[in-house]
Amino acid sequence: MGQVGTLEGRPPKVLITKVGFDGHDRGSRIVAAYLRDAGMEVVYTGPWQTIPNVVQIALQEDVDVIGVSSLATDHLILPKLMKALNEAGLSHIAVVVGGIIPDAEVGLLKSAGIAHIFHPGAMREDIVATIGALAARSGALAQSQE
Amino acid sequence: MAEAQSAYDCAHEEWEREYGGQVVPDAVRTNRSGVALKPLYGPQDWDSAHYLDDLGFPGQRPYTRGIHASMHRGRAWSPRMVVGFGVPQDYNGRMRGLYALGLTGLFVSPCNSHLRGYDPDEVDRELLGTCGTLISTSDDMSVCLDGLPFDKESVSLGDTAPYTLTAMLLAVARRRGIAWETLAGTTNQSDYLSHYAALHMFFRLALPGQRRILLDHIDWMNEHAPRWNPISIVGQHTQQAGATPAQAMGLAISSAIQYAEDMRARGRDPDIFLRRFSFFFDISISVFEEIAKFRAGRRIWGRITRERFGVRDPRAQKFRFHAQTSGADLTRQQPLNNIARVTIQAIAGILGGLQSLHTDSFDEALGIPTESTVRVAVATQNILREEAGLADVIDPLGGSYYVETLTNQMEERILEVIRSIDEQGGMYQAVSTGFVQRMIGKSALEYQEKIDRGERIIVGVNDFQREGGDARPPTLERPSADKIDQYLHNFRAFKAQRSQSDVDRALDDLARAFDDDRTNTFGAVVHAIGVGATHGEVCARTRAAVGFGEPLVVP
Repeated sequence: MGQVGTLEGRPPKVLITKVGFDGHDRGSRIVAAYLRDAGMEVVYTGPWQTIPNVVQIALQEDVDVIGVSSLATDHLILPKLMKALNEAGLSHIAVVVGGIIPDAEVGLLKSAGIAHIFHPGAMREDIVATIGALAARSGALAQSQE
Repeated sequence: MAEAQSAYDCAHEEWEREYGGQVVPDAVRTNRSGVALKPLYGPQDWDSAHYLDDLGFPGQRPYTRGIHASMHRGRAWSPRMVVGFGVPQDYNGRMRGLYALGLTGLFVSPCNSHLRGYDPDEVDRELLGTCGTLISTSDDMSVCLDGLPFDKESVSLGDTAPYTLTAMLLAVARRRGIAWETLAGTTNQSDYLSHYAALHMFFRLALPGQRRILLDHIDWMNEHAPRWNPISIVGQHTQQAGATPAQAMGLAISSAIQYAEDMRARGRDPDIFLRRFSFFFDISISVFEEIAKFRAGRRIWGRITRERFGVRDPRAQKFRFHAQTSGADLTRQQPLNNIARVTIQAIAGILGGLQSLHTDSFDEALGIPTESTVRVAVATQNILREEAGLADVIDPLGGSYYVETLTNQMEERILEVIRSIDEQGGMYQAVSTGFVQRMIGKSALEYQEKIDRGERIIVGVNDFQREGGDARPPTLERPSADKIDQYLHNFRAFKAQRSQSDVDRALDDLARAFDDDRTNTFGAVVHAIGVGATHGEVCARTRAAVGFGEPLVVP
């Protein structure tokens, strides 16, 4: 498995989390393992995080990307997460979602600013490459804002 | 005899030679549980002289061929569909429609906000009724069950500690003059160990509190509603989370052992309480492996109840189970292909001897199933029963060299898992330390890596991407804003018209019950719900007493 490039001499940093009420964590654990294998630094939370919690962790850990796993319907509150990240001055962080997102609700997430959606069947190479590229962009954005 | 044997050996060797010439090289094939599969099985693998020890007749020890003498020939399995979305009126409407299609079992699946222990006015409005039905009061339960024969047919409740849904059902029964002794059904999500290990959906209360309330619930229901199954031990959560079929069966049986040990420590008689233990499993698409898993599980449980718990009553040895086709096997790509997958999974479960069956809808990987896709899933069961004749002959694969050998091999693997959990000090201990979570996580990762490397082909996902149709199922159903407004209005009205002093007193009694080992906490829940306490109020008091359920994060 290819290693991803580093940002300014450090590996990309990714927060993998779940918000809302659902606990299915098979996907989030596998993605966390894949990203770690690819040389990224992964901050992993258990499920059932609140939105303020996720913002707090993202701020403290200074992550480049947030990956949210949603297997039930918790993706419906992600527009609130995007708003909270903006208000906290974290708009440079790319947010991606993986899991079961009905076609009819892809637009809702895209217009809220979600950078990418991984549907069931997403392959390892795609996940690692997409998150690696988004991390590089977020890192550059963060620098330009400083 | 020697001559007959040598004729057999000659024929066998000749076949081996011919096979070896045709299949070069012969790659090793293993099933999901890691059993290496031979190309052919015969009398050298399984000898029918062991018939009585290994199989027996249906309804007889060791129950390999089924728990009842007549199995599906006498009474076909019950199609029991998990249904949950929207408001109570939505649930009731869909269930009435499904009844007209031949459904016979009820299954109430509440909203995830409910599962996590909250009332509808405490949570993000966007999520209400999107992933399960909103049920917060006994009035809601009454609407859900309106016109449905819950006094005649069994009801399965997606209910976790402190079991407010069961309390609501009891309240509705009392209101309608139905004696609790006659109620049949299952507290289907009371197996807190599987929820803690697999984080499947939710985990509501801290482990020690869950343990106490479950035992109180079993005691209370055994006394007041003796036909009810207060515990359904779930192998489905762990298998969906990534455990292999053998691991999922082993973990479920280890959980059952834990609950039985806990009840015995209370001085209860296994011959009584084990009669009301039931199980719930996942059915993957690995057909023969699943059939062998169920046959082996039945045999192991029959032996454990006798040898470990000294049970004599046959009713307390029978491995009764519900099963659900595996959603994790379904694909978002080419979704209509999922109808074929669900059909094959259902066949495996039926041939494995299940008592009731949920068939997934083909849009499971795209969202919460819609009414028209649920109808296809119900029709699938009707077709298998009526057209394919799967209910005609009992345990039709019994005596198959392959299936009997595989049943023995799966049994060995399941017993290995049970031994490993015993070595950890039992299932309660093994989930507390993360031992089980690591076992499941490792299997999930290994399986996914095989798919990513192309060693395991998923049609339409990592191969055959062009062949299938990409027809999309019908559009999404989400509860309308008006419906949610009306629901919240009814909820507030319910609270306004009850006796607040009765509710306050009942909730205080509930809090006190947790401080006193001699008081049955579930009895206090039944009383509180009966006088009009809401689900969220009961959960809040219980959380305050025993602590909230936090996940054990095993990355």
